[in-house]
Amino acid sequence: MEVTTKDHAELAENFNRDEDRVDWHDETLWWVRQKRDKMVHQLPEWEELREAASAIKNNVLGNLHNYLQQFEANARANGITVHWAADAEEHNQIIHRLLNEHKVTRMVKSKSMLTEECGLNEYLHEQGIEVIDSDLGERIVQLAKEPPSHIVLPCIHKKKEEIGELFHQYLGTPLDVSDPQVLTEAARGHLREIFITRKAALTGVNFAIAETGEFVVCTNEGNADMGAHLADIHIASMGIEKLIPEKKHLGIFLRLLTRSATGQPITTYSSHFKTPRKGQQMHIVLVDNGRTVQLGREDFRNSLKCIRCGACMNTCPVYRRSGGHSYHNAVAGPIGSILAPNLDMEKYKDLPFASTLCGSCTNVCPVKIDIHDQLYKWRQVLVKKGLVPTGKTIGMKVMGATLSSPTIYRLAGKIGRWTLKHAPFAVNNNFNPWYKQRDMPEPPEQSFSEWYKENRIKK
Amino acid sequence: MSSRDKILAAVANNQPAKIELPDLSAFKTGKAGSVEQFAQVLTNIGGKAIHVNSWEEIAAFITENYSTTRVVTPIAELTGFKGIPANSDPHELYNVELAVIKAHFGVAENGAVWITEDNMGLRVLPFITQHLAVVIDGGEIVPTMAEAYDKISRLSSYGFASFIAGPSKTADIEQSLVIGAHGPRSMTVFIMPGRF
Repeated sequence: MEVTTKDHAELAENFNRDEDRVDWHDETLWWVRQKRDKMVHQLPEWEELREAASAIKNNVLGNLHNYLQQFEANARANGITVHWAADAEEHNQIIHRLLNEHKVTRMVKSKSMLTEECGLNEYLHEQGIEVIDSDLGERIVQLAKEPPSHIVLPCIHKKKEEIGELFHQYLGTPLDVSDPQVLTEAARGHLREIFITRKAALTGVNFAIAETGEFVVCTNEGNADMGAHLADIHIASMGIEKLIPEKKHLGIFLRLLTRSATGQPITTYSSHFKTPRKGQQMHIVLVDNGRTVQLGREDFRNSLKCIRCGACMNTCPVYRRSGGHSYHNAVAGPIGSILAPNLDMEKYKDLPFASTLCGSCTNVCPVKIDIHDQLYKWRQVLVKKGLVPTGKTIGMKVMGATLSSPTIYRLAGKIGRWTLKHAPFAVNNNFNPWYKQRDMPEPPEQSFSEWYKENRIKK
Repeated sequence: MSSRDKILAAVANNQPAKIELPDLSAFKTGKAGSVEQFAQVLTNIGGKAIHVNSWEEIAAFITENYSTTRVVTPIAELTGFKGIPANSDPHELYNVELAVIKAHFGVAENGAVWITEDNMGLRVLPFITQHLAVVIDGGEIVPTMAEAYDKISRLSSYGFASFIAGPSKTADIEQSLVIGAHGPRSMTVFIMPGRF
């Protein structure tokens, strides 16, 4: 996959070249957001559910040390082998070792953002092991040699005609076929063949339950189950923050997850894996990879409450118009922008600025993460560390001075209105970043305070 | 120091003060679930609800609509179809046309049914079959997932279990809903009165 050194603004600029595609992307994701709203409004207790989910996750963060050990002990008692991985590299090595022990060179994998985060596919490829992603969207981006652009809708950036071309090339569908029904049927045939022939299956984990040592995997396609129940060895990879205390808490989270994600009342399959089936091996890899560091950051630890529904992406005006790939991280969008700087502040210093701070992400988050506040706080951390370009720092200082002095503020307003009216060419040019993809507005005749003086005070 | 010890030490060091778990009792309505709502939601998510009065009625429906040589069911009351012999290989179920299994209960708010491993015969059966049919007791419908987990806590334990809500589906290509991703192309729920 392409390794990029471009930042969010540059990558978004690429994406914005095709204006029709941006409009289509924007509208498609907004439609998913609207489906979510429709579902949410049917539940009068929605806000109480969010509050409860948030409280449970807060309890988990404060008691994670115990829950991890409780989960480990119960999972072992259930016959599951538990592994611990400090970082991405160790995670990948554990998977590789397990596959080697079983002499497996071909594995089927269902959706796991953690394995994207760890770069598992690339790692195993270098070791001569073939991994096939079985979620349809993930299989499509895998064939296109691209990373997913959305955690729930991996190929939301792709048009059906492009998918048709890929399928023609790799799965032998006729040329120029782009009907989703026909393409899905072709993928079904292809992937069912994979499921039936693979001896190892890797799945992600949506929730792991400390009380019982079981874990829950949610899919609509049934791909996690097809892989796991046909394989001799089932490996589940999970971040340590996926724990919940008790099984009854699923009665909260499963009500929130899919309504928030796609506007469905629940995923088609919510599978509870507790013991390996007879003759099968089941492994769980508990992965840290920076999570314990984030846990120690008071301002940012709430990001670990995330249940990966993707609602913050669907609602985000920046995500919808810049596309998931512009975030150059496994998890894109608002939540990705507060998780990524924890992993590498230098590499992801641009992401907390890829937001208007409108707060829509925070309003839809089913576990009440204060996403836009954290984006704002990350900006402060990054500026203090000297990681923000000088131009931005100077601009912010000028803005600060202008907004704190009424005289300068009024003067700046006057100059702005005069310029827009008499010399629009001075701002309607490519030196002004605000001019990209939009025209500057018609200037009003006067400021609000001038209008107020004329129309209200004298009466 | 092992990675396990390192991770646990870092967690202990960095985790915030403990907060009590919330009281969830308000989410339980104490009412029975509505069969009408269950059937309606199931229909909305691409499933089909059929009211029946007996096993014979179910058998007749199956014979009329499916090629009976490829119907598999672990249900003892449904005679005339293939069962699942002990120690079968799950891969042998690849060509099953219709699987018929019992579910413990249904959930009105989302159209899901709760199926445990002992209902399935083999774990892969409800996923690999081309079409899935499930039989539930019409008196066993709970209103929401809050009551569902309450009920599960009173049922016997399982090695594997799943909430299944409708046929396998995907909308990964331009958000166009397609029924029949990798698993069943349809899901029929037979609602039968009385305990069985």
